[in-house]
Amino acid sequence: MIYLQLFLSMFQIGLFSVGGGYVAIPLIQHQVVELHGWLSATEFTDIITIAEMTPGPIAINSATFVGIRVAGIPGALVATFGCVLPSCCIVLLLARLYYKYRSLNAMQRILSGLRPAVVGMIASAGLSILLLALFGGQLPSSFQQVNGPAVLIFAAALLGLRRFRLSPLRVMAGAGAAGLILYPLLGL
Amino acid sequence: MIKRAALYKELFCSTFRLSAFTFGGGYVIVPLMRKRFVDELGWIDEEEMLDLISVSQSSPGPIAVNASLMLGYRMAGVPGALITAFGTVLPPLIIISVISFFYQQFRSNYYVNAVMLGMQAGVAAVICSVVLDMSRSVLAGRNLAAGLILAGVFTAVYFFKANVFWVILICGCIGFFGVLDRCRKAGKGKEKDA
Repeated sequence: MIYLQLFLSMFQIGLFSVGGGYVAIPLIQHQVVELHGWLSATEFTDIITIAEMTPGPIAINSATFVGIRVAGIPGALVATFGCVLPSCCIVLLLARLYYKYRSLNAMQRILSGLRPAVVGMIASAGLSILLLALFGGQLPSSFQQVNGPAVLIFAAALLGLRRFRLSPLRVMAGAGAAGLILYPLLGL
Repeated sequence: MIKRAALYKELFCSTFRLSAFTFGGGYVIVPLMRKRFVDELGWIDEEEMLDLISVSQSSPGPIAVNASLMLGYRMAGVPGALITAFGTVLPPLIIISVISFFYQQFRSNYYVNAVMLGMQAGVAAVICSVVLDMSRSVLAGRNLAAGLILAGVFTAVYFFKANVFWVILICGCIGFFGVLDRCRKAGKGKEKDA
């Protein structure tokens, strides 16, 4: 029963990937490549690349992809459903607790410790993305590693966001369009 | 009844649109959600937004889906949560389904890559901008402890690849034992209206 297998496999990925996409990748690899052999190692690398190029969480992207490969569109639906079901149950439980107890003094104190932590985590993710976009991943050791058009687009986007208060959606769409024009123009 | 339907529709359309733009990892949903639901619609405030993200972080699954579930629940209970989750899952489901049929060509297409490179730089700007805004709100009232937690977590996660689970547990404990309250005394009046 391939649908059940898909569902259970994705359910486990959804259940155990605490803390974002990069925790999920090894879990997905284990389930999909090693345990069930649904994708080859190359196909798996491809899907990670595509997941990074397309919007949406990596776990959902790979669940959909694997589902389609294994059992067509119904497979994709089953796999994606399995992947988000654990989230739905656990988050709804936590949401209930949060809204019930958030005015408690103890809860307020816990949350006051978590808020700066969340900003720290977002800052860390932001720096990784920044280095990836501008220098291909690491601090540049020479001028050639600096991605000129990307620096330009980054500066323009930041200006649009901070100075002109443009919506992030517009800024991202504009950045994509700028990439489409700048890279071919400069022959990169 | 009509008001309810309008709320559901707004929840679905907003999350669908945001999800279609979460390039480059789960955290990208944070600036997008903040802009839409804090700045534009004014449904929640900055502090609650950060709380939603901490709860989303503490539970398994993609942050984008979890944060949408939290927001949907906040606005319209369990049905709201199901609607926002559906709105968030649908764009990647559609896009990947389409791409899976010609993914070799897609991955190696020059123009697709140019758009992606541009978008990546845009995403970096969007995240930097939200970090600036959020640090300002978290550090309001010159709270030294909050600043130390922010810097400490950043160092632990970025340089030492610390596990998010432990980070949340430890920072929750630090908060619980009231370290921040003691440092906050001076800036208390300011905190209240933030």
